[in-house]
Amino acid sequence: MKDMDTQGYTTADGRKIGGVVMEMKNITLRFGGVMAISNISFDIREGEIRAIIGPNGAGKSSMLNVISGFYNPQEGEVIYKGQKRPQMKPYQVARQGIARTFQNIALFEGMTVLDNVMTGRIRQMNAGLLAQAIWKGKAEREETENREAVEKIIDFLEIQHIRKTPVGRLPYGLKKRVELARALAAEPSILLLDEPMAGMNVEEKEDMSRFILDVNDEFGTTIVLIEHDMGVVMDLSDRVVVMDYGKKIGDGTPDEVRNNQAVIDAYLGVAHD
Amino acid sequence: MPEQFIWGLEVLLNGLMAGVLYALVALGFVLIYKASGIFNFAQGVMALFAALTLVGIMDGQVPFAHLINSIFGTEIHHFGWHVPAFLAILLTMVVMVALAWAVNKFVFKHLVNQEPIILFMATIGLAYFLEGFGDIMWGSDIKKLDVGLPQGINGVIDEATYQILGYGFFIDNLDLFATAIAAALVFTLIVFAQYTKQGRAMRAVADDHQAALSVGISLNFIWVMVWSLAGFVALVAGIMWGTKSGVQFSLSLIALKALPVLMLGGFTSIPGAIVGGLLIGMGEKLFEFAIGSAIGGATENWFAYVLALLFLVFRPQGLFGEKIIERV
Repeated sequence: MKDMDTQGYTTADGRKIGGVVMEMKNITLRFGGVMAISNISFDIREGEIRAIIGPNGAGKSSMLNVISGFYNPQEGEVIYKGQKRPQMKPYQVARQGIARTFQNIALFEGMTVLDNVMTGRIRQMNAGLLAQAIWKGKAEREETENREAVEKIIDFLEIQHIRKTPVGRLPYGLKKRVELARALAAEPSILLLDEPMAGMNVEEKEDMSRFILDVNDEFGTTIVLIEHDMGVVMDLSDRVVVMDYGKKIGDGTPDEVRNNQAVIDAYLGVAHD
Repeated sequence: MPEQFIWGLEVLLNGLMAGVLYALVALGFVLIYKASGIFNFAQGVMALFAALTLVGIMDGQVPFAHLINSIFGTEIHHFGWHVPAFLAILLTMVVMVALAWAVNKFVFKHLVNQEPIILFMATIGLAYFLEGFGDIMWGSDIKKLDVGLPQGINGVIDEATYQILGYGFFIDNLDLFATAIAAALVFTLIVFAQYTKQGRAMRAVADDHQAALSVGISLNFIWVMVWSLAGFVALVAGIMWGTKSGVQFSLSLIALKALPVLMLGGFTSIPGAIVGGLLIGMGEKLFEFAIGSAIGGATENWFAYVLALLFLVFRPQGLFGEKIIERV
């Protein structure tokens, strides 16, 4: 891993990984007196699947919220596409092409699956209000394009059969998939997945793993994911950041991380003194 | 008996027309409630404020004239010009958008995620503030509003009904016009909510804040937009009511009539607001006509509320509201 240059590298299975798209520099996040993240740095490369793992309360979700702009760190910098990102609202971050899913699923329950996924395209809709209402010119072209893109994603994630179903009626596993579809619809440059497999049975987990790999393969999407299940993470990801008590205790390929003594201690438990 | 029937029919039609005006106010309630979960008690006062501002701009009144005069000892009341109705309506809309922005910026932005009852109390405060503010800004005297809407008996209907039934119906042109405007407004709002990006964003925000943020929707933008829309609907309602019965402070009381309308139609349904308004308008006129004289008259004052009470007992979600399902 040490010989990775700025141009990226090729993985064992032949996927091209590009240069650094986002860099977290010395991020520190506090809630009152509680240190959620302390001085963590790592980078995300284009096209890779980057995992953040760690025991409960390690600060993984906080880190994801920093990337997506839901939390603003007290210290540190986020460098996105070579530029320091100023303090931003979550919706501004989303418009820059960073899409995400939530640990506890945040969907528009009253809207259909299709409408939910369409909201993901808001970044790609620029036609004037009047044009949209009367369905003419640019608006018509845009809507057609957006519909095509959305249908492609819906097919890809195998949720065609529930396109017109209100999301509120769907079972948990499908909701997770719809949320992934909505995030994908934005054609994000970075896709953040907060515990995409939490609460799933083995079969659903396998499905979801397959979708994540396929998405990365097919669209070349850069994916950052948080996951509890060590086995899943090790199979999926190119590089892994390990957190414990708000600190980074490991960073590298799954193999490197697996043999890291600090990581083994954190997972198997060792007396903290 | 056929005479009674024909009179009843006329009453029914007039009731429907009156109902359109109730529906217009109720529509403003539904818009805000759907998009932000706020029950906006100030909707009626917003209609009053819009009408006051419109008259003030048209007549070239100096805003805050009384305040300025009593502080500086001056005697100014009018700029001395008259603004054409169309331009004045546009300017009033600008004022309503500014109001929407201010309401969001200074009140509701700070109350995000609060209990509904707290938001409701805030809108009561807003109602009182706006009533007083309108008073200071434009004065409290009753004003005549004439933006050039057709008024008076509709000759065509009078003639036609006389030919067919032998009795000419009295239908006010203004009521017909209000009906057409209301229909156009509802149609536009539905198209807007269903087929435009902003409409989709509005429904998204109403459903889930976090998810809306994560797809790039600015909550503040949507809230200002929704309050502006409600301001627009209030302006339309203000113009209709103001033209019909003059711009006066009792106008804000029509907001109370919108409450039974909403209980009938359901708080979350745009068609519900319309149907509810029509039913109330029609119901109270017919009830007064058929039974009113037998029980001492003046039933229009309470009929709507009693009807709403019955609905609360037997169908609390209203005719079109989403069914309330309690998950256990």
